[in-house]
Amino acid sequence: MPTTLHKVACIICAHASQGGALRPNTPDLPVSLDKVQVQHIAALARLRVADDEIAETVDKLSRIVDFVAQLSQAATDDVVPMAHPLNQVQRPRPDRITESNDRDRIQSNAPAISDGFYLVPKVLE
Amino acid sequence: MNAAWEVVIGLEIHTQLATRSKIFSGAPTAYGAEPNTQACLVDLGYPGVLPVLNEEVIRMACKFGLAVNATIAKRSIFARKNYFYPDLPKGYQISQLELPIVEHGELFIKDADGNDKRIGITRAHLEEDAGKSVHERFDRHSGIDLNRAGTPLLEIVSEPDLRSAKEAIQYMRKIHTIVRYLGISDGNMQEGSFRCDANVSVRPRGQQELGTRSELKNLNSFRFVEKAINFEVKRQIEILEDGGKVVQETRLYDSDRDETRAMRSKEEANDYRYFPDPDLLPVAISDDYIETVRKSLPELPDAKQQRFVGDYALKPGDAAILTANRLLADYFEEAARHSDAEVRLIANWIIGDLSAAMNRDGIDIGDCRIAAADLAGLVDRIHDNTISGKIAKEVFEAMWAGEGTADEVIETKGLRQITDSAAIETIVDKVIAAHPNQAADYKAGKNKLIGFFVGEVMKETGGKANPAQVNDVLRSKLGKLADQ
Amino acid sequence: MSASSRDLHAQPLTQLAAGLSRGDFSALELTQALLARIERHNGSLNAFVTVTVDEALAAAKRADADRAAGKGGVLNGLPIVHKDIFCTRDVLTTCGSRMLENFVSPYDATVVERLADAGAIMLGKSNMDEFAMGSSSETSYFGPVRNPWDTERSPGGSSGGSSAAVAARLVPAATGTDTGGSIRQPAALTGTTGLKPTYGRVSRYGMIAFASSLDQAGVITRSAGDAALLLGVMAGFDERDSTSVDRPVPDYVAGLAGSLKGVRVGVVRQHFDAGLDEHCAAAVREALAVLESQGAILTEVDLPNLDLSVPTYYVVAPAECSSNLSRFDGVRFGHRADDPEDLMDLYCRSRGEGFGAEVKRRIMTGTYVLSAGYYDAYYLKAQQVRQLISDDFRHAFADVDVIAGPTAPTPAFKLGDKTDDPVTMYLNDIYTIGANLAGLPGISVPCGFVDGLPVGLHLVGPHFAEESLLCCAHQYQQLTDWHEQCPGDYR
Repeated sequence: MPTTLHKVACIICAHASQGGALRPNTPDLPVSLDKVQVQHIAALARLRVADDEIAETVDKLSRIVDFVAQLSQAATDDVVPMAHPLNQVQRPRPDRITESNDRDRIQSNAPAISDGFYLVPKVLE
Repeated sequence: MNAAWEVVIGLEIHTQLATRSKIFSGAPTAYGAEPNTQACLVDLGYPGVLPVLNEEVIRMACKFGLAVNATIAKRSIFARKNYFYPDLPKGYQISQLELPIVEHGELFIKDADGNDKRIGITRAHLEEDAGKSVHERFDRHSGIDLNRAGTPLLEIVSEPDLRSAKEAIQYMRKIHTIVRYLGISDGNMQEGSFRCDANVSVRPRGQQELGTRSELKNLNSFRFVEKAINFEVKRQIEILEDGGKVVQETRLYDSDRDETRAMRSKEEANDYRYFPDPDLLPVAISDDYIETVRKSLPELPDAKQQRFVGDYALKPGDAAILTANRLLADYFEEAARHSDAEVRLIANWIIGDLSAAMNRDGIDIGDCRIAAADLAGLVDRIHDNTISGKIAKEVFEAMWAGEGTADEVIETKGLRQITDSAAIETIVDKVIAAHPNQAADYKAGKNKLIGFFVGEVMKETGGKANPAQVNDVLRSKLGKLADQ
Repeated sequence: MSASSRDLHAQPLTQLAAGLSRGDFSALELTQALLARIERHNGSLNAFVTVTVDEALAAAKRADADRAAGKGGVLNGLPIVHKDIFCTRDVLTTCGSRMLENFVSPYDATVVERLADAGAIMLGKSNMDEFAMGSSSETSYFGPVRNPWDTERSPGGSSGGSSAAVAARLVPAATGTDTGGSIRQPAALTGTTGLKPTYGRVSRYGMIAFASSLDQAGVITRSAGDAALLLGVMAGFDERDSTSVDRPVPDYVAGLAGSLKGVRVGVVRQHFDAGLDEHCAAAVREALAVLESQGAILTEVDLPNLDLSVPTYYVVAPAECSSNLSRFDGVRFGHRADDPEDLMDLYCRSRGEGFGAEVKRRIMTGTYVLSAGYYDAYYLKAQQVRQLISDDFRHAFADVDVIAGPTAPTPAFKLGDKTDDPVTMYLNDIYTIGANLAGLPGISVPCGFVDGLPVGLHLVGPHFAEESLLCCAHQYQQLTDWHEQCPGDYR
């Protein structure tokens, strides 16, 4: 039974999703991936996988997917998913300014800057 | 209003919370700094850094929730919204999905017939703002400024209960007023601390199912929101009446052309892959905490407006103007406290001359050049006939220019009203004698000439004669002429 | 040079501390001696990415001056090495990756700060599996680390550089991180002592994140006593880490004194199955017998969901890392592709070039299990199974004080042996992973040899039971000398 989180996430991406390269939720977990899926995942993750690496990537990812499919066997009705190992709550900090401008030192590490801005190839909006 | 179609609108408002430091780091949030001078390592998403929640944002979100009658979550969690964009340094935005801090609120607007209409507020949640990009400054490159990254936002989502652009604006204005009243946001749309996206769809009247909606963005003034919605409604109706289908998409409002356009950038299949952020723990809020916040709430706009109508016998319209801004309302009440005059006089001066002067100088009530007590002093001098209403305007301008209190200006410029009957009679006699032709015309029945004579007396007295007395004396003397 | 300085490298941390205290040698002498050893031996091991010669010598001189002035912290003059996953200010921090090949960190991790404030001297940054993803230290961009017991073999991972450096006596102690076993497993494979504290015991601020709900900083040393000394300095609340726990830090060194009598030791039924090398099993059983001989009570316990721990981990950890590594995009720091055509190209090529194959696989696995349509079936499900696994431990700890077993299923394997099938590599962590999923503290101590290769005994305790774990380990090390063995070439 999909959770609220999942439902909302689906609503959010349902209208944006095009082509539906990923298969919809099925009760039995898939035990392998195909090239199209892997290419879609790589694009989502902004990872370039070279043409000569694709086949190996598909193979190894499929093995992993096959391996973790065992989870579907576990009986987890009514089990609350664990987000954190210890039962703690957030300790907030006071609203105080504790950082001062250190831009030049920090930007000495930056690949491409100009006038204090970080540069990227021009983005069209 | 189109009878065949019903418009359905939901608004998503992002308001920046006015904290000193960012939501997850100790960098400052002040607007307008040099690029990347207010972006610390946490804001920049450097390797190894971690977020720590600012306690003030919890308080501010609670205040908002209480002000809109919402449920405050005893336990709320942060989630990561994953996507790549240069102004999003970590490659994910820390936001809330399940278990937002505020849910199921409401506020009331007036529908077309003037009746109260409830607008549901689905949720309000906390998240961090992204940085900014500039696209025109660098050759073939965009420049990224991350000062804004990490500024706290409260995203307020309404139910799709709004049925027209006018309703949408009302709702938006109410939210705008509330957040400023609560002191949680300065609501400055020009600086981007109050932003609105609108989800707009239409459906045949009577149909239950919602039509396909489009999301309108880049609406940075109330006026633009209204125009954009109206354009979009018209656009969608035209498509549907032609037998077409509305495409679900994001559209930007172009204020130069007054139209909405589909966003050019290929909106990649944005699968945000939300999951609870493991670096942040659940936020626990106790009943005691909520009560403490509740006690600290100021009187809210609706309640204040009603009280002004009741206590001060103000017209609802005037009360609404005075309570639209909490500082203005406080100013009004302080002035009223200091004055013996009719409260409505005070209200008129604030709504009229004071507001005009502030507009003219581009300042708001916080920087007003006349203290409330001093405005009261001015109004009292009208009330006790020391000066006329007309002279008062001159005194006001002098006070605005910093020349002193009403009494000081009146004294310095010798603007006391002439109320001595004998003095007025003498001048009236003089004026009548100087204008025998007009006197004769008046005798012959041209009663409107009274205005001319009043003008002449005023000129003679430098405007200082009490106009009512002048009028009375003139009528009496001219009348006597008529009888002769 | 005094006679004793020839043996300085052979002394464990606590002994060195005493020597410094007595003035047997100076911090400078000690640092110089170890730097010389590193120079001599690192080539055969590739344990270091960076050796901070100048900084170390300067720090050593300062330490000596502090000591002379009566100042200086509890670790004054003691050399350590930091796993290259900890940010070190003004020093290269690579995480074993091309992505951070030239990244000089602008700040210090909390762990680094605390150890430095206590007087410890950083000799360098140790090599590791790229972004801590691996169990063999073979995925490093800077080449694999070699095991000093047999340089054709892996020292384990991902803290392989730290464990090799300590095993080869290049440094008496090193920091490490443990997400699925990355301190304990390399400790077992190199005959050293590796401690992973309870989740939240040590700050993660400045520790480059792999899987945020599993990562913990810890140490690799030559004995439980050494680990106790370091943990006392590293542990404690840090306001910069929301997941750090505000809980008093006990005196771990004082806590070492104790007895094994009456300690209830749980032995997991599921551990001693076909997956465990029989010689390793024998060594571990012998170790359990030693404990028993001192009065410990062995009890069988059940961890019914044990075999799901590795699949659970390989959903949760990749999911978190796929998100944690999104910040590496070539914009503000790190590797950037040349002449990107557009934004997409900038991202895809910078990340494609900067990350190695295993890292990319994990990012993709994580992206997949979080994606629309799969979140419930994978990620949510895995977090539920994680709760079951945690419950299993809780039930077990109702009956026992500590759970003991093997750290790794086999001794050190040959480099290249397990790199074809990722799943084979993943199964190395079968015994250690449960502790990460449940946030429990764990320690591995040497307990024997198989064909000249070390075997580790793994002890896991309830949350914040570091004191009793260290005590147990220490008592065991009073009765055995496995932990004092040194690989032949490095004596």
